[in-house]
Amino acid sequence: MAVEIQVRVNGKTHDSRVEPRLLLVHYLRDVLGLTGTHIGCETSLCGACTVLLDGKAVKSCTVLAVQADGSEVTTIEGLAAQAPGNGAKGGLHPVQEGFWEKHGLQCGYCTPGMILTSVQLLEDNPDPSEAEIRRALAGNLCRCTGYQHIIEAVRYAAKKMSKGKR
Amino acid sequence: MIPAAFEYHVPKTLEETLRLLERHGDEAKVLAGGHSLLPLMKLRLAAPRYVIDIGRLRGMSYIREENGQIAIGALTTHADLESSALLLMRCPLLPETAAEIGDVQVRNRGTLGGSLAHADPAGDYPASILALDAEIIAASTAGTRTICARDFFVDMLTTQLRPGEILSQVRVPPLAPRTGAAYCKLHQPASGFAIVGVAARLTLGKGGKIDSAAVGITGVGPKAYRAAAVEKALRGKKPSPKLLADAARHAAQGVEPLSDLHASAEYRREMAAVFTRRALERAIARAQGKKA
Ligand SMILES: Cc1cc2nc3c(=O)[nH]c(=O)nc-3n(C[C@H](O)[C@H](O)[C@H](O)COP(=O)(O)OP(=O)(O)OC[C@H]3O[C@@H](n4cnc5c(N)ncnc54)[C@H](O)[C@@H]3O)c2cc1C
Ligand code: FES
Ligand code: FES
Repeated sequence: MAVEIQVRVNGKTHDSRVEPRLLLVHYLRDVLGLTGTHIGCETSLCGACTVLLDGKAVKSCTVLAVQADGSEVTTIEGLAAQAPGNGAKGGLHPVQEGFWEKHGLQCGYCTPGMILTSVQLLEDNPDPSEAEIRRALAGNLCRCTGYQHIIEAVRYAAKKMSKGKR
Repeated sequence: MIPAAFEYHVPKTLEETLRLLERHGDEAKVLAGGHSLLPLMKLRLAAPRYVIDIGRLRGMSYIREENGQIAIGALTTHADLESSALLLMRCPLLPETAAEIGDVQVRNRGTLGGSLAHADPAGDYPASILALDAEIIAASTAGTRTICARDFFVDMLTTQLRPGEILSQVRVPPLAPRTGAAYCKLHQPASGFAIVGVAARLTLGKGGKIDSAAVGITGVGPKAYRAAAVEKALRGKKPSPKLLADAARHAAQGVEPLSDLHASAEYRREMAAVFTRRALERAIARAQGKKA
């Protein structure tokens, strides 16, 4: 039996009828066509499917679409528009820019999840130490980079965002 | 990996939840954070006919002082426990335990009530809940009852909760004077779950002897337990590194340790002693007012 849900995704409200067992990641990818959210392990371990649900990083393969009813979701597609001062004119979110500048990715499979988890980290802790960054990203696996460049990308973003505030 | 089909209910109140549970009995599962239930449903290890989503019930996520105890709502997330200013001040053992669970994403979704009700033998909270002598409040259409932590865990994935009951609140005592507590965990590196997790709470008497000792251990046996032999070896004694190490050797006494892919029974027994010693050392140092 389908259920009515209303979810705000990247600032746009969607009214949908979904099967209760539909996972949020499939809702985003297959129903809304937002394929920037990746599926890595399907078993809650890799973090590739991470999105922000009401501002908190969650693994969207471990949340039902119906659990997001009435909530706000941010995916990688909507992040840039939320960056301070960016608005509709495009450009990159400072965390995206950090991954670009510091070579925080190789194949890019883990990147959307890495970036969204990092966004929550910097929201909670604008000046994280290396240990704090590593701890915050413990739920996001990368098979390519060896993580070091990812740490540097997050540091770059932290610096850039703190400058923006001054 | 998609769960089997189910009928979905989102009750608005606790009363409505309890009526639904009463009506559907064993065929229903409540869904809190979903971070134990949904993985099981995706693997089709669980296929409930009715899923009752309590995740957004109002007024069940809180941490507050009540009649000299700290009351925590069942839907309080691991992340909220980890960062609660009240708990960090009055019962730091719980934030220390919550911080060891999974990763940020898991802590954002998973709840205290769900974790205790699930009673995973490798879950973290059971050790601390036991060491704190916490009280667990269960609600049903018949009313509420209080279950003490020692009676709550029955077996692997089995608790005292009856069909039709939900865990509504957990009550813990604030840290007493001259008391130190600590949680030390050996992580399974891939899943992050506990191979061994030890929570210790020690209170020193006026003369510096150990007045009371409570040690809860998870990961070792099919359910978390109080290490009575360790506690007995400590009570009334003056703490020394040797005393703590000797007492810790009894960590798995009377328990048949689990043996699996990640750790043999022998290894678990050995690590139970090591991590018990570490938890005792840290708890004593804190009881003595040292930074640890
Ligand atoms: C990748 C990953 C890593 C993890 N690592 C750890 C770890 O290191 N340590 C650890 O302890 N846990 C770990 N977990 C488990 C996590 O902590 C879960 O959040 C927790 O075990 C269950 O809480 P929940 O709110 O998600 O419950 P749910 O999954 O919603 O429910 C779990 C069970 O409890 C029942 N239930 C839920 N709430 C109630 C209630 N109030 N009353 C009665 N029954 C209820 C449900 O019906 C279900 O049977 C991990 C999970 C994942 C996915
Ligand atoms: S796909 Fe969700 S955690 Fe790997
Ligand atoms: S860049 Fe390839 S998995 Fe991380």
